[in-house]
Amino acid sequence: MPAKTLCEIVVAVGYGRGVVGEQPLIYAEGLVKRFGDFVAVDGIDFQVRAGEAFGFLGPNGAGKSSTMRMIGCVSRPSGGVLRILGMDPVRQGAQIRARLGVCPQLDTLDQDLTVRENLITYARFFGIPRREARRRADALLEFVRLADRAGGKVEPLSGGMKRRLSIARALVNEPDIVLLDEPTTGLDPQARHLVWERLFQLKRQGTTLVLTTHYMDEAEQLCDRLVVMDGGRIVAEGSPRSLIETYCPAEVLELRFADGTPGEYADKLAGVGERLDPLPDRLLVYTDDGDEALAEVHRRGLIPSATLVRRATLEDVFLHLTGRTLVE
Amino acid sequence: MGARPRDDEGVSPVRRQEAAAGDRSPAAVSARYGGAVTATGARGAGAAPARQTLAVLERQLVLFRRVWRGSVFSSLILPVLFLLSMGIGVGGYVGELEGAPYLQWIVPGLLSMTAFEIALVESTYPVMSDFKWTRAYFAISATPVGVAGILQGWLLYLVLRVVLAVAVFLVVAAGFGGLASPWAVVAPLVCTVLTLAVAAPVTAFAAVVDSDSYFALLFRFAMVPSSLFGGVFFPVERLPAAAQAAAQATPLWHAVELNRAATLGIPPAWPVAAHLAYLAVWGGVGCVLAAVAFRRRLYR
Repeated sequence: MPAKTLCEIVVAVGYGRGVVGEQPLIYAEGLVKRFGDFVAVDGIDFQVRAGEAFGFLGPNGAGKSSTMRMIGCVSRPSGGVLRILGMDPVRQGAQIRARLGVCPQLDTLDQDLTVRENLITYARFFGIPRREARRRADALLEFVRLADRAGGKVEPLSGGMKRRLSIARALVNEPDIVLLDEPTTGLDPQARHLVWERLFQLKRQGTTLVLTTHYMDEAEQLCDRLVVMDGGRIVAEGSPRSLIETYCPAEVLELRFADGTPGEYADKLAGVGERLDPLPDRLLVYTDDGDEALAEVHRRGLIPSATLVRRATLEDVFLHLTGRTLVE
Repeated sequence: MGARPRDDEGVSPVRRQEAAAGDRSPAAVSARYGGAVTATGARGAGAAPARQTLAVLERQLVLFRRVWRGSVFSSLILPVLFLLSMGIGVGGYVGELEGAPYLQWIVPGLLSMTAFEIALVESTYPVMSDFKWTRAYFAISATPVGVAGILQGWLLYLVLRVVLAVAVFLVVAAGFGGLASPWAVVAPLVCTVLTLAVAAPVTAFAAVVDSDSYFALLFRFAMVPSSLFGGVFFPVERLPAAAQAAAQATPLWHAVELNRAATLGIPPAWPVAAHLAYLAVWGGVGCVLAAVAFRRRLYR
């Protein structure tokens, strides 16, 4: 490769802005994506470091997928700075894509090809020689537990198997970063756990994962660090645990009442716990001691039809930050 | 520019399963990105464009291996049935046309029509499918293969499909004495140009429309009239002036003229270069439109 071109120097300078110490694999500053008048991503800053599992958490329409498409170099940023592996996605998109693995939200598998052919033909797009492609395909099918389906067609596979095949395909070029857009959306609980287990395995091996999800448990299970997105903006950032600690007391008492709205009971329970959140179907009491709060409910002469004391989760963080639940 | 260099600190399970050792710490991984410039220079851009084109072609061929049986009738058998029915059946009554036996006169027409219809039909549903149903183009767009690679590989595949069908037809036609000149060997080349002239704009069309009912319109109002009145079965001079101009505007007529000139060994209606240039305009404009349509759809 020849000496630095002016272009590369400009990129290097832009890249250096705001970055201290170890260079992140993904660096975004004031990142914006507009579609006409609609602002899908409204000026977000984040960094993804090598070896971490980074999550975008938020409801549908929060701007997660638009952000992922920009990182995947298939969508041009409308504003702000975005550097991936030190490169500019607008000018060096193909070079960056060569080093990314992408598992899309909707399956994009070739239904008429066999499971193994899907991996081999895809490997060829990265210029991987045929023999090597076959070797990787077989190893990856072992990894995602699909070796016994290698010669079968894709079409009859279950949703979970197809998603695992998509994950295997995303790994075929030995990527530096794996992008997973809602990797378990639409899967039944069992299939979801198997996907999680494989992703956790990848993570343990040091693969950098970037994923979007609207499942709180998924974010808590997989992400070292995450940003909570809402309406195209980042509303909070941190590890799952630190977010919960920052925005919520340790425990949540859930109360359901046979008659009356949760809102009415909120008035009667004023002062119990640190915060009360009446939802349409239940009343949440945020507190450091759920059992003590429940005792206080009883002391006030209220008889809930159902009660649950649980640990605070990201769902509670999201509810607190946005005033809305994460349901689709 | 070569393939991506092998690095032993790869981040995939494939490599990992083989060499479980190796430093995979975040520091070691990030050391590779010592800066924007080295990161850019060290790894290259993956496969070169020609290889990307061939990779796309390869996918199409693997798919074709699965589905070719379904295309045998329309691509290979139907044209031969036309040859028997029109060339030998109807030809027995018609006798000679423009100084050639009707069988020999109609062979280049049927040949061109076969190429025309394969190029057109194959550019409709399969393209829409890769956008809407399998969404395979979206998968490819996430790789280093860009729009140029996708379109080049796709058109190359269609050319191979057409040339295969045309070659089979030529052999059968030769067996019935349907070829009068050794220039018939250039017919596959003419059909290649025709394929690009038809497939490129139709591919663009299929990438833009959101419903397959537009294909029915295309078949009824473009494909069938072209085949019936584009000089395949009778000379366009028989048509009223306006219809004749319309027939001569179709890419099919130009290919028919060139192929007829080749298999009969006579000069075409226009200079060869003019026919080719007209087809090239269709192909060129079609490629530009297809590239724009694909880019809009895949890289929003």
